[in-house]
Amino acid sequence: PAFGLFLFTIARDPLRIIILIAGAFFWLVSLLLSSLIWFIAVKASDPRDERLQKGLLIFGVMFSVLLQEAFRFLYYKLLRKAIEGLVALSEDGCSPISIQQMAYVAGVGFGLMSGAFSMINLLADALGPGTVGIHGDSQLYFLTSAFMTMVLIFLHTFWGILFFHGCEHRRWWEIAAVVVMHLTVSGSSFCNPLYVGSLVPSYMLMAAAAAWAYLLSGGSAQNLRRFLLCK
Amino acid sequence: MITFMNNSDSEEEPCNERTSLMSAGSPPVPSYQDGLQASEAGEVQAHRKRRAGSSRGPNNTAGGEMSGSGVPVRESAPENEEEELTLKYGAKHVIMLFVPVTLCMIVVVATIKSVRFYTEKNGQLIYTPFSEDTPSVGQRLLNSVLNTIIMISVIIVMTVFLVLLYKYRCYKFIHGWLILSSLMLLFLFTYIYLGEVLKTYNVAMDYPTLFLVIWNFGAVGMICIHWKGPLQLQQAYLIMISALMALVFIKYLPEWSAWVILGAISIYDLMAVLCPKGPLRMLVETAQERNEPIFPALIYSSAMMWTVGMAKPDTAARGPSQQTWDAAEDGREHHRSPSHADSQMSETRGPVPTRPVTSLEELEEEERGVKLGLGDFIFYSVLVGKAAATASGDWNTTLACFVAILIGLCLTLLLLAVFKKALPALPISITFGLIFYFSTDNLVRPFMDTLASHQLYI
Repeated sequence: PAFGLFLFTIARDPLRIIILIAGAFFWLVSLLLSSLIWFIAVKASDPRDERLQKGLLIFGVMFSVLLQEAFRFLYYKLLRKAIEGLVALSEDGCSPISIQQMAYVAGVGFGLMSGAFSMINLLADALGPGTVGIHGDSQLYFLTSAFMTMVLIFLHTFWGILFFHGCEHRRWWEIAAVVVMHLTVSGSSFCNPLYVGSLVPSYMLMAAAAAWAYLLSGGSAQNLRRFLLCK
Repeated sequence: MITFMNNSDSEEEPCNERTSLMSAGSPPVPSYQDGLQASEAGEVQAHRKRRAGSSRGPNNTAGGEMSGSGVPVRESAPENEEEELTLKYGAKHVIMLFVPVTLCMIVVVATIKSVRFYTEKNGQLIYTPFSEDTPSVGQRLLNSVLNTIIMISVIIVMTVFLVLLYKYRCYKFIHGWLILSSLMLLFLFTYIYLGEVLKTYNVAMDYPTLFLVIWNFGAVGMICIHWKGPLQLQQAYLIMISALMALVFIKYLPEWSAWVILGAISIYDLMAVLCPKGPLRMLVETAQERNEPIFPALIYSSAMMWTVGMAKPDTAARGPSQQTWDAAEDGREHHRSPSHADSQMSETRGPVPTRPVTSLEELEEEERGVKLGLGDFIFYSVLVGKAAATASGDWNTTLACFVAILIGLCLTLLLLAVFKKALPALPISITFGLIFYFSTDNLVRPFMDTLASHQLYI
């Protein structure tokens, strides 16, 4: 579905593609830094201590989430500057792309990169022979991974919109809400073999974020009804 | 097939000849993109300014000066338009370059992942004589550095040779050299490639069919690249050729040497294009002095400048067609593959000295294609292909390198729009690519693997 989003909404406009790739790049850099920190922490600690390792992993995940949001903020700053540049250069004084579209595209960029990194090795292995969950792990590993990745990509998209909106209107509580949601989703993935604990809250959060983002982007229940009834 | 490849020296000799030609070709090329565009942009701006009645040089900085006097206001309007046109075209051109680079990389990665042949070590090029099978790390490092030095010096010698040939107008020699190179590339390498792919998928093909297929492919390729043909077909051929060349490099360069060579080549590119005495810069300047298009041979062009509906078609068309042919001939030397669009371009630029106003008007309205050297394609693909072949983190690393290279390309094009002169396209992208490759392979991979094994999501 995320790829479909990309095809239908982004592939047409070259500027959006550039913003998308740049968003993916920023996510990548944040991942790099967070894994650097994690790596250092692991090397500095005792590899045999299971609980410590798990604790470090959790720390790594949280830190990574915080870094991702920080980079989203940095990207927002960059895009603001870019918009000013585009406005100054355009003929009629308004930029060819609005900040909301940029927010959307940036969110998709983050999401795609995050999803790709989470999923792609899995997909490559899935092409080969083997049985899922032969060692007593869940049999639904692939399916749940796929769903989780999808929900994460969508969430990144919505968070992008919410985050940028919060930055635009200086509503810090929106930004904080995004960060908290991200932490919650990542945290919920900790109880992962117990899929109910992670998938269900994530989907609910996604629905909530979707509705919020939709309202923020100017939609309303009326628009929705009109769209659905094809008026 | 195996014995064929193992006649290393005799077969490799011609291969290596070509390889060196091509490598020699590669660094010069990146500048052409910018050189060409810069010279066009320069011309266009100059003419626009002349028409707008101002006497300012092609300098876009003063856009916002709405000073009191009438002249600057009038000047700034065309300049703003100019800049805006540049940027509007900028985003589009970036995408026009993204697509072929992506395609080339996809082809290379797909081949590397599926065909075993290109990851087996079956010998080395003559230009990298030191083997890397040594037991100690220090020795291996030393060998790879020596290999790099040899390779880079070969490239430098070839480039200087090329510049000299161009300066002394030995067009026929260049012409012949280039035809030979592209012949070999189109036929020999394609034959090997096709053979390996068929072997991998266990598809049988008899020799007559093979001969027919390769003959058609090669002949159409030669025509398309060196003469006229539909733009898309030519672009497709250029991409295929770059991919084939990159595959050859990936196979025959030993590991550490490949990385060191990539780094060294981007430094060389930087110096050769920007230093005043650099061979590439001299090449660009000579070509600009002679008002000829620079080596259409090794450049990928993303758009054609058709002079559609030109005021005086016949005489104008005939004049430049001579120039086109000449340009195509110089193009040969640079191998990689003449971008046909450039010969078309020379058609449009042909009338420039005779009828500046009309042709340039058309020029402004049409899209300015961006040109990127094929050497850049090749080295980008080598980087991504090596990442795909040797990284244990597999797809993550490949993806990371891919994004890094695209961002580098974006930045380079941005700088091009700002500086408007010949810029090397390799350094930024390759630097990003290298950084991301090494860091993703060593840092991110353990992290992601651990996360994936616990099925945690960040």
